[in-house]
Amino acid sequence: MSAEKASGGGTVEYIQHHLTNLCVGDCDPVTHQAAGFWALHLDTLFFSYLLGAMLVFVSWNLSRKLSADVPSGFQNFVETILDFVSGQVRDTFPGHNPLIGPLALTIFVWVWMMNFMDLIPVDLLPVIASFLGVEYLKVVPTTDLSTTLAMSLTVFGLIIYYNIKVKGPLGYLKMFLFHPFGKFFVPVNIVMSIIEELAKPLSLALRLFGNLFAGELVFLLIALIGATMAVGLGALFWLPLQVVLDLGWLIFHLLVITLQAFIFMVLTIVYLGMAHTSDH
Amino acid sequence: MNITATLIGQIVAFVLLIWFVNKVLWGPVTKILTDRQNRIADGLAAAEKGKRELVHAEERAKEQLRDVKTQAAEIIAQAEKRANEMVEEAKNKAREEAERQLTAAKAEIEQEVNRAKETLRAQVAGVAVAGAQRILKKEITEKAHADLLKDLVAQI
Repeated sequence: MSAEKASGGGTVEYIQHHLTNLCVGDCDPVTHQAAGFWALHLDTLFFSYLLGAMLVFVSWNLSRKLSADVPSGFQNFVETILDFVSGQVRDTFPGHNPLIGPLALTIFVWVWMMNFMDLIPVDLLPVIASFLGVEYLKVVPTTDLSTTLAMSLTVFGLIIYYNIKVKGPLGYLKMFLFHPFGKFFVPVNIVMSIIEELAKPLSLALRLFGNLFAGELVFLLIALIGATMAVGLGALFWLPLQVVLDLGWLIFHLLVITLQAFIFMVLTIVYLGMAHTSDH
Repeated sequence: MNITATLIGQIVAFVLLIWFVNKVLWGPVTKILTDRQNRIADGLAAAEKGKRELVHAEERAKEQLRDVKTQAAEIIAQAEKRANEMVEEAKNKAREEAERQLTAAKAEIEQEVNRAKETLRAQVAGVAVAGAQRILKKEITEKAHADLLKDLVAQI
């Protein structure tokens, strides 16, 4: 359906349509983009909550039949992931904090699940939604900056909390005053430290968002091959090409989404580890 | 690319999800993993202990076997000794009995001999008196010649 629209209305419209969230609240009536802060992206919320709920449900279901003797197939799988995550925490996190493990695991699994939405054919869910009367649908929550920033800001909050808790308010302040260049460059130090601290949540959020947004865009462009070029006999060439390209990008992207989830997790552990070491 | 109130919803969801994951996934599975670790460690320790105990028991069994063998040998030796003793005793008894019987027999024989001698003596006295009567042609009164007769009997 969207493909038909694209061939009629142009590729730009197709892409823009796909990149528009289902917005309620303070939204622009023409472009359907959020006009101010007080708008909600229902599709982002829906899919991220759905995936979160799935994660909780599956975990809860598993937790009732855990066995310490001989793990079943799925328990094995979960134990492998958990072991991997706790291994990362052990390797990169100094000391002990019972929050870090669950936090890292949540980030890794939830981000991976949200990223995985990218691998579902780009038009499938929006077309189904359009049958149900939902005009705009962006299925990948991590292509919404609100999602990635929400996580990175939470992590940022934890960074500040643990910095103050471990180093004390004065110690944290001292880090800003004397950190990169010693006590003779206090103004420079303050600027540098603030930039460094702010760069943490921003880089976390933007890296994930950028990768997934770009991945989504490439999927759209590949989808456009079939939609725009495959006319008449040309379809014999362009459709197979689209299939091959799509498959290739899909396989590559499977790596990317895992890698991005992993990077988000590891950097979170590292940042919180830095917050826990008093000798910066 | 705009930040909206979705951010707040996502922060709430994220925090809740961390809590839930800790509650239903990280907590239970980590507990299970440590349980299993402990169980395996315990099992290995128990196996090690069992092995040690087995070696110990084998040693003990060997020792007991050795003791038993020694005891058996002792018992056999004692039994043999006792048997020898019994044989010896029996022999002694038999010998004593034989000796006793021999002595008794000898004593009886002697008695018999003595009695025979007595009888003989008595008869000899009679014979001597009769012979003397014949020689002297006259009777020798026993009363008158009692001394003579006694002397004779004693000489025989």
